[in-house]
Amino acid sequence: MPLASARAIVGGLAVVEADLPADRRKLIEIADWCDRFSPFVSLDPPHGLVLDITGVSHLFDGEEPMLRSLRGTLIAAGFTACAAIAGTAVAARALARFADGTIAAPGDEAATIAPLPVAALDLEHKDTHALQRAGLKTIGQVAERTRAELTARFGKEMVFKLDRALGRGEKPISPRRILPAFAAERRFAEPVVSEDFIAETILGLAASLCAVMEERGQGARRLEASFFRTDGIVRRIAVDTAQPLHDPATIARLFRTRLDALSDPLDPGFGFDLVRLCAVHAERLVPQSVGLEAHPDEEKEIAFLIDRLAARFGSHRVMVFQPQDTHIPEAAGVAVPAQHADATKLAWEPRETGEPPRRPIRLFERPEPIDAIAQVPDGPPVSFRWRRVRHRVTRAEGPERIAMEWWQHEDHKPTRDYFRVEDENGRRFWLFREGLFVRETMEPRWFLHGLFA
Amino acid sequence: MGDLAHRLAGTRQLLDPILGEERNLVRCALGHAAADMVLRGGLLRGTLHEIFAGDPGASAAGFAFGLAQRVRREKRLLWIRQDFSALEHAELCPTGLAELGIDPSSVLLLRAAHAEDALRAGADALSCAALGAVIVEIPGNPKVLDLVASRRLVLGAQTKGVTVFLLRLSAQAEPSAAETRWRIRSLPSTEGDDWAPSAEADNWGSPRFAAELTRNRHGETGHWAMEWCCDERAFKPAANSGVVAAAPADRPAEAPHIRLLAG
Repeated sequence: MPLASARAIVGGLAVVEADLPADRRKLIEIADWCDRFSPFVSLDPPHGLVLDITGVSHLFDGEEPMLRSLRGTLIAAGFTACAAIAGTAVAARALARFADGTIAAPGDEAATIAPLPVAALDLEHKDTHALQRAGLKTIGQVAERTRAELTARFGKEMVFKLDRALGRGEKPISPRRILPAFAAERRFAEPVVSEDFIAETILGLAASLCAVMEERGQGARRLEASFFRTDGIVRRIAVDTAQPLHDPATIARLFRTRLDALSDPLDPGFGFDLVRLCAVHAERLVPQSVGLEAHPDEEKEIAFLIDRLAARFGSHRVMVFQPQDTHIPEAAGVAVPAQHADATKLAWEPRETGEPPRRPIRLFERPEPIDAIAQVPDGPPVSFRWRRVRHRVTRAEGPERIAMEWWQHEDHKPTRDYFRVEDENGRRFWLFREGLFVRETMEPRWFLHGLFA
Repeated sequence: MGDLAHRLAGTRQLLDPILGEERNLVRCALGHAAADMVLRGGLLRGTLHEIFAGDPGASAAGFAFGLAQRVRREKRLLWIRQDFSALEHAELCPTGLAELGIDPSSVLLLRAAHAEDALRAGADALSCAALGAVIVEIPGNPKVLDLVASRRLVLGAQTKGVTVFLLRLSAQAEPSAAETRWRIRSLPSTEGDDWAPSAEADNWGSPRFAAELTRNRHGETGHWAMEWCCDERAFKPAANSGVVAAAPADRPAEAPHIRLLAG
C-alpha cells in the first residue's frame, strides 16, 4: 500500500528510507556468519539465505537444536528472523515465510506445504491473484488440479515451481564460496585471543586434516583458515603451495609466516569462538620415485622455500621463467608465479656453441627511445644518445630482422632490425631500428632494448 | 691428555677464521689462473661476496651470474631484485641467461618491494640447503644494508653452505662483512677500433670484464681482465686486452693495494 495510506491508518508512523546496498551488505555479513553452520550458503535476495545442511546437522545434535540455535542467535542479535528446514530449497523458503520454525520430514514436503496459502509459492502477483479468484486458496488445493489445466492457464514455469515446492524435483542452488575438499574445525567454549594458542590450534587442525587427506592419498594445494569472531565477523587467510602438502608442521609454519606478514593483522576483537582449516583445493599425491630422479629431497626443499617466500611476500612475487613459442624478444621468456607453473613446460633450448651471446642479459620491458645516427636505409648506427649520454659505436653486428607477428591483425607493428653494438668503453647494447625505411615508414625510430654483459 | 688435545682442537677451530687458515672450507676455482691464485684456489663457498657495478650495471650482473655458476654446482639459484630496479636497470632476460650458458629453468626469481624485503628474503632463503647461490640486487646505499645486516647474511650463509652475492648497483663502498669485494667495469673487445666487417670480427661479444678485487679477507687484492666462456661456463684470461688501465681517479679511495696484472 502507498505510504500515505499507511500514515492515514496509523498516526505517528515512523518512516525510514530503505537503504538497499546496506541491506545487501548486512545480508552478506550474516551469510558469512552462517558459514559456521554449513559451508554451503547461498544468498536469496533481498532478505533471505538458503543453507544446504546435508550431512551437517549431526554436528549440532540434530536439526531441531540447529534450527533453534540459528534462529535464536539471530533474534538475540536484534534481527527479526524466521527459519525452516525442508527437503528442497523452494519448500524450505515457503515454510520459513509462512510456517516459521517447521521442520518438514524428508519426503513429507507435500503434506507439510499443503495448508500454506498460495502466496507461499512466490509467483507473480497477477498469478497469485488469479489463483485466489479461481478459488484455490491453499497449495494443497492447487496440487489437486491436473498439470495440463495449470500449464494451460499459468504456463509451465508455475508448474515447475509447484513441483519444487511439493518436493518433486529440485533446482540446484549454487554456494557463495567454493566448497572445500576437506575441512577440520574446532569450537571454543571460551573465545580465544592469544596468538600462540591460535598457532597451536592451527597445528592441531592441520594434523587432523592431513590424516584425512592421507587416507585418500591427497595433498592440499590451497589451504584456507577461517577465524570466526564472537561478534559475527569472519576473517579468512589463504595459503597456496607449489606441491601437494600433507605435512602438518609445514602447513602450520606457512600459516605462521603468512600471519606474521599480514599488512592488516588478525584482530580477534572479543575472541574467536570457531577456527576452521579447509583444504580448498586438493590434489593427488605423486608417489616419490627413488633412483634415477635427481634428489627428490631437494625438490621438496625448493618447493618449501617457494611456499615460504610466497606466504611472506605474496605468491605473485616468486617466479620462474617459462619459455614461450614466439620470436618476439620481450615475450620469448616469461616470468610466471612459481606456485602455479607447469613443471613439464620448463625446457629451454641450449645455446649454439662457439657463438657469442646473441641475446642480452638485461632487457627493458619497454624499449627506451634513443637518438641514433645511422646510414640509411639499413646501416648500423654510428653513434647514439641514451639517457643523455653520447655513445660512440666501435663495433656493430647485425641487422637481425625480427618481424612482428603479422598474423595479429589488430596491431600491425613495424619490423625491427636489431643490432648488437659496442661502444668505446666496452659496453654492449642491443639496439633496434623500428620500421623499414620507405616500405613501412619514412622516419624509422631507434630504440635500446637490452644490455649485454 | 685426550681432554687437552680435544680442547686444543677446539681452540684451533675458534682461531682459524682469525688466523686466516681455512680448513674444511671449499673454494671453487673460477678458471682464471691468476685470480684463482690470489683467491687461494678459488671463490669461497658458503659466505657473502659483494660485487660493485659501474654504469649501467649489466656487466656486473653477468659477472655475478658467472661467479654464481662456478659456485653453485648443479643446485638452483635465487635472484632477488626490487620493483624499482626494473625501471632503472631493466629486467633479467632468460634467453640472455641461456646464451651465457646458465639454464634459466634453474633460476628462481623474487621481486621484493624494497631493500628491507629483499634482504629479509635473502636471509630466509639461506636456510634452504638445496639452493646453490643467492644473488641479491640492491641499488644504491639503503640504510638497512649496514654492517649488521651483512654479518647476518654471512652467518646465514655459513649455516647451510649457500653462497650469497650482493650486487650493488650505483653504490658507494661501505664497511661490510663480505669475504671478497669486486668492482666490475666493462672491457672493450680489442684495443683500438677497427671497423672491418669480416667474418671473425663478428664473433666479438663474449662477456669481458675489467674485474678488480678490491678487498679480500684472506688474501691479496688484484686486477684482471677476465672473459666468461659461455660454452665451458668458466672464466679465462681475456684475449687481446693489452694493458688494462688503472682505476679512474674519481673512485672512492678505499682499495689500498692495486697490482696491475697484464691479462
